[in-house]
Amino acid sequence: MPRLDNVRKSYARRGRTVEALRPTTLDIGAGEFVAMVGPSGSGKTTLLSIVGGMLAPDSGTVWLDGQSLYDLPLGERTRLRRQRIGFVFQSFNLVSYLTAVENVQVPLYLAGAAPRQQRRRAVHLLERLSLGERLGHRPAELSVGQQQRVALARTLANDPALILADEPTGNLDPDMREQVLGLLEEFRREGRTVVMVTHDPAAAARADRVLPLIAGEIRAAA
Amino acid sequence: MLTCGLAILLGVTALVAVRTVTVFSERAVARDLDSLGANVLVLPRGVTLQDYYAADTHGETLPEEYVERLTLSGLEGVDNLSPRLCVSAVLAGRSVTLTGILPRSEFQAKAAWGGAGIFARPAGCGAEADLPLGQGDGPRLLARKRIIENLAEHEALIGADAAERAGLKEGDAIELLGERFTILAVLPATGTVDDARVFAHLHTVQRLADKGEVVNAIEVVGCCKQIAAGLVEKIAEVLPEARVTTITQVVRTQQNVNRTMGNLSLAFLALLLAVGGAATAGAMYGNVSERRREVGTLMALGATPSLVLRLFLGKALVLGLGGGLAGALLGSVLAVWLGPSLANVVVRPLPSLALGATGVAVVVAVLASLWPAWRAARLDPCVCFQEV
Repeated sequence: MPRLDNVRKSYARRGRTVEALRPTTLDIGAGEFVAMVGPSGSGKTTLLSIVGGMLAPDSGTVWLDGQSLYDLPLGERTRLRRQRIGFVFQSFNLVSYLTAVENVQVPLYLAGAAPRQQRRRAVHLLERLSLGERLGHRPAELSVGQQQRVALARTLANDPALILADEPTGNLDPDMREQVLGLLEEFRREGRTVVMVTHDPAAAARADRVLPLIAGEIRAAA
Repeated sequence: MLTCGLAILLGVTALVAVRTVTVFSERAVARDLDSLGANVLVLPRGVTLQDYYAADTHGETLPEEYVERLTLSGLEGVDNLSPRLCVSAVLAGRSVTLTGILPRSEFQAKAAWGGAGIFARPAGCGAEADLPLGQGDGPRLLARKRIIENLAEHEALIGADAAERAGLKEGDAIELLGERFTILAVLPATGTVDDARVFAHLHTVQRLADKGEVVNAIEVVGCCKQIAAGLVEKIAEVLPEARVTTITQVVRTQQNVNRTMGNLSLAFLALLLAVGGAATAGAMYGNVSERRREVGTLMALGATPSLVLRLFLGKALVLGLGGGLAGALLGSVLAVWLGPSLANVVVRPLPSLALGATGVAVVVAVLASLWPAWRAARLDPCVCFQEV
């Protein structure tokens, strides 16, 4: 599972260097549910992007399943992300002109699955998340909670071992938040590792481990 | 995207409509110019062309063998040859010009022996359909196109004025240079010196005038397009000892028409390239900007940069193909509809042009989308985490 060895990342902003992530070493165990909390600009999303293989650090090594992620060629890293990592976004990031089932099919299409297999798997996942009646609905025709569940179904499409969730409950009402957190816990029980970025202390409390991130630095493990 | 598709559609419509009308207009002009008659003259080197219609009355001669050289040369774009020898004769007490001409059947056979394409008409020349060689059309074609298919040793054709002055008609017998001829036909009036002439077989005139195997001039009916493309120079190469000349106004007219129409087509092509290309580039750039998060999400889910590049180029291809095909269809319909009123020609759709224009639209759309698509492929996938 993900391991960070002395990983550091900075950005240049208007001629100034901003230290987004100070040298960080972190080890997340398989099947662990980790919450990263902290104020805006504390480096949570930077850390999530680095773990997700989408943002190369300035220094240090990011390991995933024993492979140095950023030593892999781009194509290989993309393939690894497709097969091993699932993302949950705060705004769900569904494609507006695709139906619920087509949105779930996207990762399967990208993985090269046959169209019939894509459809079967997508329908199965949507039914599992109680959206069997909404297969042909476009995102605009779904409630916010339903949209997030479609996004969660899409996350599970390629059966990822690691789920990276960016503020997954940020746009949800309390009922929906509870439902989503319940699903993340369920994913963890299935043996998946969940790394969640959140502002919400109540959501963070559901995790096995909470990592406070302040000014690009993990202060102390709760 | 709608604006972009519309720009491509309108560009292709204009290109196809103008080019289609141009092609049919050029063909009509070529046909009209060809119908004017002989447009290239082969003269003895010392002769200066003063009067085009009396170019064979200077008294100097060329070997008749030049006709054979031309027929065997294989030059393309020569519709007809008319070697001429003029001598003075007396008809019904009046002086007339007796012109010896060679019927087409005699040298056409020679062209066939050589397997030559001298009477072949390359694409774009006037209509061969204008040149029927039936006997019934003989006088009309001789007057207009310098063609007579068959002419026997003692047969003669007489110009309209000469026939009227002498009170002669078809079938009458006349005496010229001491021999009797039967009038095969009275030629229709042309308003040229030919109206006052009598025509007989070249070899008969040569024998009666004791001139040997010579002619005063060889008139050539050439396809105007081929003349513009250098037919005169090619004939001069075949006959370096002769002077080969043409009616420059006729050729210049053809060249000017071709140039104007060609420029107009080029202008519309440039318009398609500029407007269609700019509209496509702008629309695709905007589309990529609008869909940054969607592209980032796709990349987070495992799309490679090359897939993103192909997605946007594929979209451009569909846009170019759709706009191009619709524009080609609309342009063809417009050309068929407007051709008769704008250029006074009947226009039919040109499938090859429609396909070509569609191809140009596709290439323009894809090329114009290269940079926006490349930009999409280089997007930082982290944009998928940005809040809206």
